[in-house]
Amino acid sequence: MSSPQRVAVLKGGQSLEREVSLRSAANVEAALRRLGHQVISVDADSSLVRTLRTERPDVVFVAIHGKGGEDGTVQEILEILNIPYTGSGVLACVRSMDKVVTKAIFTDAGIPTPPACAFGEDAFRELGAADALGEVQLRLGLPLVVKPAKQGSAIGITIARSPEDVPRGIMSALSYDNHVMLEQFIPGREIAVSVIGTADPVALPAVEAVFSGDFYDFESRYTPGMTELVAPADLSDALAAEVSRVALQCYQVMGFRGFGRIDMIIDADDQVWVLEINPIPGMTDTSLLPKAAQAAGLSFDDVIERVLGEAALGI
Amino acid sequence: MNDGQGAPTADRTTARDPSRFEDRFAARATGIKSSAMRDLMSLTERPEIISLAGGLPDTDCFPDEIFCEVWEAVATKYKASSLQYGPTEGLLELRQYICEIMRSEGAIAQPDEILVTAGGQQAIALAIGAFIDPGDIVIAEGPTYPGAVPTLTTNQAQVIHIPLDANGMSIDSLEEHLDRLDSQGRQPKLIYTIPNFHNPGGVTMSLERRHQLVALAAERDILIVEDNPYGAIRFEGDALPSLYELDAGAGGVVYLSTFSKILSPGVRIGWVAAPALILRKMNLGKQAIDLCSSTLGQRFIIEYLRRHDWRQHVGRLNIIYSSRRDAMLAALSNEFPAEATWSHPRGGLFVWATLPEYLQTSELLARAIDRHQVAFVPGGAAFLDGQGQHSMRLNFSSSSEEKITEGVHRIGAAIEAMTALQRAFGGGV
Repeated sequence: MSSPQRVAVLKGGQSLEREVSLRSAANVEAALRRLGHQVISVDADSSLVRTLRTERPDVVFVAIHGKGGEDGTVQEILEILNIPYTGSGVLACVRSMDKVVTKAIFTDAGIPTPPACAFGEDAFRELGAADALGEVQLRLGLPLVVKPAKQGSAIGITIARSPEDVPRGIMSALSYDNHVMLEQFIPGREIAVSVIGTADPVALPAVEAVFSGDFYDFESRYTPGMTELVAPADLSDALAAEVSRVALQCYQVMGFRGFGRIDMIIDADDQVWVLEINPIPGMTDTSLLPKAAQAAGLSFDDVIERVLGEAALGI
Repeated sequence: MNDGQGAPTADRTTARDPSRFEDRFAARATGIKSSAMRDLMSLTERPEIISLAGGLPDTDCFPDEIFCEVWEAVATKYKASSLQYGPTEGLLELRQYICEIMRSEGAIAQPDEILVTAGGQQAIALAIGAFIDPGDIVIAEGPTYPGAVPTLTTNQAQVIHIPLDANGMSIDSLEEHLDRLDSQGRQPKLIYTIPNFHNPGGVTMSLERRHQLVALAAERDILIVEDNPYGAIRFEGDALPSLYELDAGAGGVVYLSTFSKILSPGVRIGWVAAPALILRKMNLGKQAIDLCSSTLGQRFIIEYLRRHDWRQHVGRLNIIYSSRRDAMLAALSNEFPAEATWSHPRGGLFVWATLPEYLQTSELLARAIDRHQVAFVPGGAAFLDGQGQHSMRLNFSSSSEEKITEGVHRIGAAIEAMTALQRAFGGGV
């Protein structure tokens, strides 16, 4: 065990995932206390900088999901204040928060990701982008996954199965962000691979989310018992190795550090498709990373200690 | 903020498995699902947000000097006894006052027919808990009180919503449903209704329908649970008799009310008036939950009622609330699209507005909070069957007229943004 530190756990924030963050942070704080650290619990609001200056933590554990926490904002503040923090730096966060940017980086790196296109709200209101939806459907087919470009926890996602569903899905997605992504729907198994480490990152065993609904939505994610998390996922050795390889490639190409989670689909032909990568994976009671760690023989506290040990500065 | 816990507690388990409770929850607890909407509502407490979402009375209207005077009287007169447990049914003196309040509204109850509860919410929970087994049918208005939704869900009730119009619950529709159920050999256990200034519907059941409902329920032998938190919050019109009064002691109505809206929700004191046989069951239910309602809260109310006329306080509230209601209705006329409709409440705390079908109020809320800093309750929260997706509840009691005007303006801007999108898709706007 490392020597006790004053750890500020940044939580809450103002995003739609605020409550998820509070649930993650409660588990993180409990683990840090069990590990003997002194916990300073900080609900991020407009007094954040003043609070950090007053409390002078040795290190910050960032447990804010979505806007503010995963988009590089608090990381930029911590860089300026010169306080080491857990997880990825500013750039990796900025790049992973926007699914459009992430997809472009993955595509450039040759990482398979479902084809997609994206529009801002203004494109529909001012430039007649709605008239191009026929071409979108020709290119990407149906069903389409319609999702906000910058939103986590599957909030605002619709599976559009017919042309009539598409505008409705766009209206919904644009309620949660001002950019919408329309992505080819890949039917298959929902797999998440968590990675921990920085210099020598390690992929934890893949976890499969088995759920009854249309897709792995918010309700399925956070209602205990609604989704079965199979860890390790029932994959052939070759496929398990492939998802780990792809996950590590994503992690490295994005410049992640500390920890992260890569969400994928494995289709009927065992082709792996990467959907997104998350710099602050959920740490709630129903989250995927804790389950993956358990399958690897690591306790929740082990993970927290390792992530804390990787805390650093650096854009 | 700093918990100061430097001492290691590593001797406790470190092999934490966050999923270890998953298989252990009771069936009634698994009905409670996580929802993005519930999480979203937690953002409404941000200071920059104008929240028309809460159901809060304006406690600033309660005079400071009376508050201090009453507490001082409680402290000097009762001392340690006010710190002690009390009887489960509530202090006799309070139950006598409750009977007086009910009598002033036309309903006759005796103190031994009163159970003092921890607010109206506990009264609802005790009533539902006393009668509803998993799968039992409950009739409720559509929309119904959003706070009753989790109570009905955890008791695994099967809820049938009866539409509301300007005269309250549609008795024709109720009768059709009862006939249909009857033909299937089924019967609801109870009818849960809010006849006065419905939350969230904003409407009041007409006298004719009150008579019809009491007669129909008696004929079919179905218990009515009448929830009346807002009856005294009346700005216009004459008070109508409660269902409890119309039932005239026949035992067909369980009556629920509360001091939350007429004095203070912070004291957490409500009550049930019911036939003794029913009350005994609810008394046992309450014993199992909390033994008794707060003695301090009860003493506060007793001392207040001894010294002051609650009707005067409510009279002041009603003047303030009615101006706020007017501000809200004016703002809605100015800001909401022509196709929108809304209730014109003559009392209570809420307006219920319904938007064109292409607008989902859950989505509108996400946009409203994030981009317009304003919040309301989306209509889906007032149903157990997925209805209400185009409606919203707006509260006018807890914000100033200026904030209400600005808040409705902001919601109007969010609606306009979504309407412009809908137009872009060639939708019927």
